[in-house]
Amino acid sequence: MNNFKVLMNGIVKENPTFVLLLGMCPTLGTTSSAINGMGMGLATMFVLICSNVVISSIKNLIPDMVRIPAFIVVIASFVTLLQMVMQAYVPALYATLGLFIPLIVVNCILLGRAEAFAAKNGPVPSFFDGLGMGLGFTLALTVLGGVREFLGTGKLFDIAILSEQYGMLIFVLAPGAFIALGYLIAIVNKLKKA
Amino acid sequence: MVIVLTGVTVVAGALLGYVNELTKAPIAQANAKALSDAIAIVVPGFDNNPAEAPETIELEGATYKIYKATKGGEFIGAAVESSANGFGGALNVLVGFDKEGNIIDYSLLSHAETPGLGSKAADWFKKGGKGDITGMNPGQKALTVSKDGGQVDAITASTITSRAFLQAVNNAYAAYSGQQVDGTSGATRQASATAEKSTAVCSGTPCKEGQACDAKCDSCKAACGEKCDPANCKKTNCKKVGCDKANCDKANCKKAECPNQDCKNKK
Repeated sequence: MNNFKVLMNGIVKENPTFVLLLGMCPTLGTTSSAINGMGMGLATMFVLICSNVVISSIKNLIPDMVRIPAFIVVIASFVTLLQMVMQAYVPALYATLGLFIPLIVVNCILLGRAEAFAAKNGPVPSFFDGLGMGLGFTLALTVLGGVREFLGTGKLFDIAILSEQYGMLIFVLAPGAFIALGYLIAIVNKLKKA
Repeated sequence: MVIVLTGVTVVAGALLGYVNELTKAPIAQANAKALSDAIAIVVPGFDNNPAEAPETIELEGATYKIYKATKGGEFIGAAVESSANGFGGALNVLVGFDKEGNIIDYSLLSHAETPGLGSKAADWFKKGGKGDITGMNPGQKALTVSKDGGQVDAITASTITSRAFLQAVNNAYAAYSGQQVDGTSGATRQASATAEKSTAVCSGTPCKEGQACDAKCDSCKAACGEKCDPANCKKTNCKKVGCDKANCDKANCKKAECPNQDCKNKK
């Protein structure tokens, strides 16, 4: 499998949100608006690329029995790094996403890709796998956030499209996240079969 | 096996420690900037650095931070950091008062309210918003939502958030006026004229929680507005401060504020 195929695999064929259904917690929690979904997706992508590259480089040094704790330490370190850097240099984004950043650690996409891909491949394909999966995750979260924001408040990326009175508030709240995600998965399945 | 795992954690720990040192200063700077920006919004026109030396006040178990603003050495107002329990968790507000105790502006520092409903509190109570509280003075009348017989329109479908927000503002005022009465700095003395008057009427004893409300005492009313218990307090003084027949006959009377009165202007 060449690197381009690995990249597209994450975005389309094995999209973590719409196809693998991984990392549902941040998917449902952070997508109350398109910009929040995108921020969360990009933050996860950064951690995913870093952890994939590092894990694939050190995989031969780590004995099988302790590989999971070792992977988790690597992932958690990058998440904490990201949190500190964001807090220092982009405080506005940190204010919106702050609560969800530590949760990236327990996002199963990260450990899933570390186990399924990075532990079996070299650093370069792992980089592309992280990039592809990260982009797929970002795309899915942005679309879901956009749908929820538009239906819920009539805005898109904070730009008013419809008057706020047409917003169906349920889509900003938790039930709307499940409804919108369900329909998006259905649409993706339909498109894949067609 | 043990060595490898130890090695991984040591490297990770060292890296985190290094970055923590690196980002410590920028994080502190960013936080300080966010605070001083918020203070500049709620009490504009100062030339000192209020964020530098906040005064901490303890009132009924809660801590309040008061950032005093001065211009040319003269006290012009203060920003008070206050909080209340909202619908989704703590609601932290920075409220700016001028030296008479009127609300200049406020800034929602942090909250966990429902997006699209309670989160509207960030703008709702500002100038031009539907529940505009700027210019009001919680000392004359504790702020309450119109549903509870008050003067502020609550956020649509978010009465709990609105109540919590106004509670935080009232608490901020209580902390602010508290430090005015027994404050020792020259800056606060000017502002204490109203407080002095009311304590004089109160025969020198400031009203405490649970104490009987006295219609003559201005500061009593404010203190009672939220806290008094029905047994000790005359309900008319606490629940509907300033809502007597005389006020209700005026043209600006709202039916909601005086439900039992026959208003001329039945809004």
